[in-house]
Amino acid sequence: MSQAVDDTLIEAHGLSRHYDVSNGFFGGQATVKALSNTSFRLQAGRTLAVVGESGCGKSTLARVVTMIEKPTAGTLTLDGHHLSSEVILSDAQQAALRASVQIVFQDPFGSLNPRQTIGRILEEPVLINRPDVSAAQREQQARAMLEMVGLRPEHYDRYPHMFSGGQRQRIAVARALMLEPRILVLDEPVSALDLSIQSQILNLLVDLQERLNLAYLFISHDLSVVRHMADDVMVMYLGRVVEKGAAAAVFGSPRHPYTQALLSATPVADPGRKQTRIRLQGELPSPLNPPVGCAFHPRCWKAEERCRQTAPELDDTEVHPVACFFPL
Amino acid sequence: MPLLDVRNLSVDFKTSNGQFRAVDRVDVQVDVGDVLAIVGESGSGKSVSMLAVMGLLPWTASITADSMRFDGLDLATAEPRQRRAIIGKDVAMIFQEPMSSLNPCFTVGFQLREALKAHLPLSRRERQRRAVELLEQVGLPEPERRLNAFPHQLSGGMCQRVMIAMAIACKPKLLIADEPTTALDVTIQAQILELLLELQKNTGMALVLITHDMGVVAETARRVSVQYAGQKVEEQEVQALFANPHHPYTSALLAALPERATTRRLPSIPGVVPGQFDRPAGCLFSPRCAFADDRCRQVNPAMAAAELGHARCHYPLIQGIPQREVS
Ligand SMILES: Nc1ncnc2c1ncn2[C@@H]1O[C@H](COP(=O)(O)OP(=O)(O)O)[C@@H](O)[C@H]1O
Ligand SMILES: Nc1ncnc2c1ncn2[C@@H]1O[C@H](COP(=O)(O)OP(=O)(O)O)[C@@H](O)[C@H]1O
Ligand SMILES: [Mg+2]
Ligand SMILES: [Mg+2]
Repeated sequence: MSQAVDDTLIEAHGLSRHYDVSNGFFGGQATVKALSNTSFRLQAGRTLAVVGESGCGKSTLARVVTMIEKPTAGTLTLDGHHLSSEVILSDAQQAALRASVQIVFQDPFGSLNPRQTIGRILEEPVLINRPDVSAAQREQQARAMLEMVGLRPEHYDRYPHMFSGGQRQRIAVARALMLEPRILVLDEPVSALDLSIQSQILNLLVDLQERLNLAYLFISHDLSVVRHMADDVMVMYLGRVVEKGAAAAVFGSPRHPYTQALLSATPVADPGRKQTRIRLQGELPSPLNPPVGCAFHPRCWKAEERCRQTAPELDDTEVHPVACFFPL
Repeated sequence: MPLLDVRNLSVDFKTSNGQFRAVDRVDVQVDVGDVLAIVGESGSGKSVSMLAVMGLLPWTASITADSMRFDGLDLATAEPRQRRAIIGKDVAMIFQEPMSSLNPCFTVGFQLREALKAHLPLSRRERQRRAVELLEQVGLPEPERRLNAFPHQLSGGMCQRVMIAMAIACKPKLLIADEPTTALDVTIQAQILELLLELQKNTGMALVLITHDMGVVAETARRVSVQYAGQKVEEQEVQALFANPHHPYTSALLAALPERATTRRLPSIPGVVPGQFDRPAGCLFSPRCAFADDRCRQVNPAMAAAELGHARCHYPLIQGIPQREVS
C-alpha cells in the first residue's frame, strides 16, 4: 500500500456517480448525473469547502468519499488506499478505510438513535470496527471524547432527546471521531443550528482540526460560513465543479459567472452596503434533462452560441481553474 | 395611528407539562408602508406572535394583550364576521414551506380563484383574468399554463411566488411574510426578496418580514425588532441596529456572524436559549450575558427609552459599553 508523502489524504480523479432512474409514467429509463468528473486533493489539517445550491451533488460527493456509495467512474485514494468502481477491498481494508474517513450530517435530530445512550452511541463504531478493544477501554475512550467535544462526563448515560440541537451536533462529531479518523466529511454541519449555536460548533471544529490535524471536506450552502472556514473552495453546479481554488481567490475574484452570482445573491449583514445584485433568471434546470452545452448557459448573462453547444471543461493543472469559455 | 398596533401581547400554551409562555409582553407597531423585520432564533416567538394577530392559533393558546388593533379595528373584541372580512384580505400572511401551504389536490389556478372569490365580488371571467394578472405580477413565466399546474409540479421558488400571488390578490394593507425564503436556495431567495420589496414599494402595503437571517434583515428592513425567548429585547432602525446595538443579546448575535469575524475563533454566546423549565429569574438572557450582575439575575428589566432601542436590559449598551449609571 502506498503511503502519500505529502500528507495528502484524499485524491479524487474524475469521480462520477450516476443514477439510473425510471422516468415518469412511460417507464422510460433516464440517468441522473448527480456527480460528474470531479477531481480534487485534500491534505491533513486543511479544509476544502464544497458549495452550490441544493441538488448540485454535494451530498452525493459526501457519500462517495465516505464509501457509503461507490463511484460509477473515476478513482479515489483515501489515506493511501486506492478505490474505484472496479477495485474490491478485503473486509480488513474496508474497516481500516471506514475508520479513517467519517461523516457528520446536517440533521442532529435524525442522525442519532433515540433508544441508545450517548455512551452506547459513541462506543458502537469501536465495538464494530475494533472488537479487540475491551469494554472498559471503550468506555474510557467515550468519556474522554465527551470532554473533547465540550460535553460533560455525566452525559454518558443520557439519551439524545435530552439534548439541544447544538449538543446533539457535538455528539455526532464525537461519534465520528471515536475511530480516530484523519478525514471528516461535514455535510451541512451547522445548517440546522441557530446562529448563537452555530458559532459554538464552528469553534469546536476549528479546535479539533488544530488538535488532531484533521482534513475537512466541508459541505455548505452558506457562503459566509464557508468563507470563514475554508482554505480551498470548490463550486458546483448540476453535478459538476465549475470553479476551484484557494478560498481567498474564489471569494476575492470569482471567475465563473455562477460563482459571482452566488456571491452576489448572498445577503450581507451590513445595511450601509450599496450593491448591485446580479439577477439570475430562472431556476436550476432538471437534472434529468440538463441543458446542452454549458449547464449554466440558460441562466448566464454572458452566454454565447458556443456555450449553448459545447460544455466547457475545467483544467485541473491551473491554480484557479474555471469551467467557462468567458471567465471573469 | 399605526396600521397595526399590538401592545403587551402575551401568548401562553397549555401543554401536558403545564403552561408555557411563548410570547411575553411584546409590542408591535407597523405603520402604513413600513418594512419591519422581526428577527430571532428559533423558538423566540416570532411566528406565534404574528399568528396571534391573524387569529390562527389553536385553542390551546391563550392570548392576552392591552391592545391589538388593525386599521382601527380592535381584533380582540371584533365579531368573527368582521375579523374574517379583514384577515386574508387587508392583512395576509405567507409561510416558510410554500409546498405545504398550498393544497396538493387542487390546481394553482383553482386555489387562486378561490382566494379571490372569498373576498372580492368578481365574475368567473374576471377572476380568471385577475389570476393570470397576479401570476404575471409575481414573475411566473407562462402564467396561463401555470394556472393548470398542481403544486408538486412547481419548484419551491415558484410555489412561493404562487403563495405571494394569493396573498396580494386582494391588495392587502399589510403582508406578513414568515421566513418566506428560509427553505429556498440563495439565488431564488434573492429573487423572492426582491419581488416582495418591489410589491411593497409599488403597492404601498406594509411588510412584516420574519427571519432568523441577519443578512436578510440588513438588506430588506427599515426597522428591526429583535426577539429572544418570547420577549422583544430591542427595536431600532436597521442602520442603527447594526452600528450600535443596545441589547447585549443583539450585540452578541452580530458578533457571532462568521462574516464579521476577525479571528479564526468566533465570539460565541455560551449556553442555550432557556426552555419551558429553565426560564431564569430576572433577565432571560442573564445566564448567557457577558455583562450580567446580581441585579440582572434577580430583577426582570423594564424596557429602556426609545433612544436606547427600548432595550429590555438594566444596562443597555452604547457602542458596546454597558451604561451602569444611567439606569
Ligand atoms: N439515490 C438517488 N437516486 C436518484 N437520484 C439521486 C439519488 N441521490 C441523489 N440524486 C439526485 O442527484 C442530484 C444531487 O443530489 P445531492 O447530492 O443530494 O445534492 P445536494 O446535496 O447538493 O443538495 C439531485 O438531483 C438528486 O435528486
Ligand atoms: N401549538 C403550540 N403548542 C405549544 N407550544 C407551541 C405551539 N406553537 C409554538 N409553540 C412554542 O412556542 C414557542 C415559540 O414558537 P414560534 O413562535 O414558532 O418560534 P419562532 O420564533 O421560531 O417562530 C416555541 O417554544 C414553540 O415550541
Ligand atoms: Mg445535500
Ligand atoms: Mg417561526
